Amino acid sequence: MEELTFSTLMAVFEEVFGRGLFWALVIVAGVITAFYLYILFRDRAMSMRKFLLAQLSMPVGAVAAVVFVLQVTNSRLRDLGGPIDWLVMLGIAVLGAVGFAILVYVVQSLVRKPQADN
Amino acid sequence: MSESWNPSATRRGFLGLAAGGAALAATGSQVQAQRVRSAARIVVLGAGAGGAAIANRLSARLDGAQITVIDGRQQHWYQPGFTLIAAGLKPAGYSISSTGQWLPSGVNWVQEYAAGIDPDANRVTTTGGQHFDYDYLIVATGLSLDWDAIEGFSLDMVGQNGVSAHYAGPDYAELSWRALDRFTDQGGVGLFGRPATEMKCAGAPLKIAMLAEDIATRKGTRADTQIIYNSNSPALFGVPIVHHRVRQIFDERGIEVRSSHVLKALDAARKVATYATPEGDVDADYDFINVIPPQRAPQAVRDSGLSWADRWTDQGWIEVDRETLRHARYPNVFGIGDINGVPKGKTAASVKWHLPVVEDHLISEIQGREGTRRFNGYTSCPMITRVGRAMLIEFDYNDNLVPSFPGVIAPLEELWISWLMKEVALKPTYNAMLRGLA
Repeated sequence: MEELTFSTLMAVFEEVFGRGLFWALVIVAGVITAFYLYILFRDRAMSMRKFLLAQLSMPVGAVAAVVFVLQVTNSRLRDLGGPIDWLVMLGIAVLGAVGFAILVYVVQSLVRKPQADN
Repeated sequence: MSESWNPSATRRGFLGLAAGGAALAATGSQVQAQRVRSAARIVVLGAGAGGAAIANRLSARLDGAQITVIDGRQQHWYQPGFTLIAAGLKPAGYSISSTGQWLPSGVNWVQEYAAGIDPDANRVTTTGGQHFDYDYLIVATGLSLDWDAIEGFSLDMVGQNGVSAHYAGPDYAELSWRALDRFTDQGGVGLFGRPATEMKCAGAPLKIAMLAEDIATRKGTRADTQIIYNSNSPALFGVPIVHHRVRQIFDERGIEVRSSHVLKALDAARKVATYATPEGDVDADYDFINVIPPQRAPQAVRDSGLSWADRWTDQGWIEVDRETLRHARYPNVFGIGDINGVPKGKTAASVKWHLPVVEDHLISEIQGREGTRRFNGYTSCPMITRVGRAMLIEFDYNDNLVPSFPGVIAPLEELWISWLMKEVALKPTYNAMLRGLA
């Protein structure tokens, strides 16, 4: 394409996930981010114990992200054909892992009191 | 097409791309061209991909011009989606929107068809008897599918007795899927092929053949299924390097090729198709057949004197310069899309590259200058080879491959990323094109 505009980009994402799902994902992502920032400010430190569990949960997030993307794009793992496909899928897995780790960290922090890990 | 895409499903991916997109959007707005004052009367024939997009672009660029769009069709069809519908991946509604939603508010949409075009008198007459005089005419009518040319065939057969015809429209594409679904459940002989005329999306007949093979394989009926592709010439595709790649894939997947076979008749009761070949007519039994008819310029265009006199005489494409898309004999007439008598590119991807060229030459003319932009024959064919994989083939007039992402997305490699381009990224960018934004 000659120009990539913000609205085109939004439209691509709406097409990938469906409009309702896409904006629901955006809202969920926004809420998790807000909670994460809230917790960082509240606790004024990263808890290494929660971080450890968050890291251990990363593979789950990676696999979930890959499965989800394959599902919404009518694809299967065997469709990956060349290096670029694997790189893109690796990127998706990494993003899923990091996103899920943040989610796990946030959930732990909200469920347990900050003093609990000290 | 050359859209960039990242399928990141997560928040960070979204945020990163959104930030990048916002930055690009910000830089884009700074280079927007100034509006040009003009009282020109511009008539656009057709409100499809080319007509709607140029109407949007011109109404954004011109201040005071009188733009009339003539098209009686109420529905807008996203034609690149037809193959996906015919393969059962999308419903008919995926390709349907309304013409009115794509047209800018300032234009006069005449909801009739052109009945007569008089380029000597600069006048268009509609099927309702209205006359429109113009200073500039943009022909973006698209083409006509000549179903009557297939003896014994009629569109009411589609979806039954193994007859499919997804070129006929979204509803027919969905009916075609029902026929293909049954065929791939039961197995048998499937006939595919293309007409001998120029056609829109010359890759589509190959795609549907490969999809049928893939779907039968997934269903476990491939062993009982024979897929036969009837090519109108010795080649499978007009670009030699692509021909060889597709031939290789067909070989690997056991898709039989019959060269120089052009469908001319159908006996639906007996399930026999007749092909014209250099050796005479040949009959072939089938359980499933995909019909794609000869394609020509609409009659009103063929009667107008705008067509080439010595080329494509049975098809009637208009005589435009292949680089400026300006008519060779009537300099105030331009062509966009399928109607152009140029060697390649009856695709939406070509429309996208026709638009800035026609806009430049038309606006320059209004300003008393000479336009500078040239069309190099670019077209794009996201060649689906199976559900989940495609080859992002892009080429120009010289049969050169012109990949948008050289070194990253290999044009002749079956890739998942190319499938994503076709399945998810194409429609939003197409929609942006219609609005004159891309």
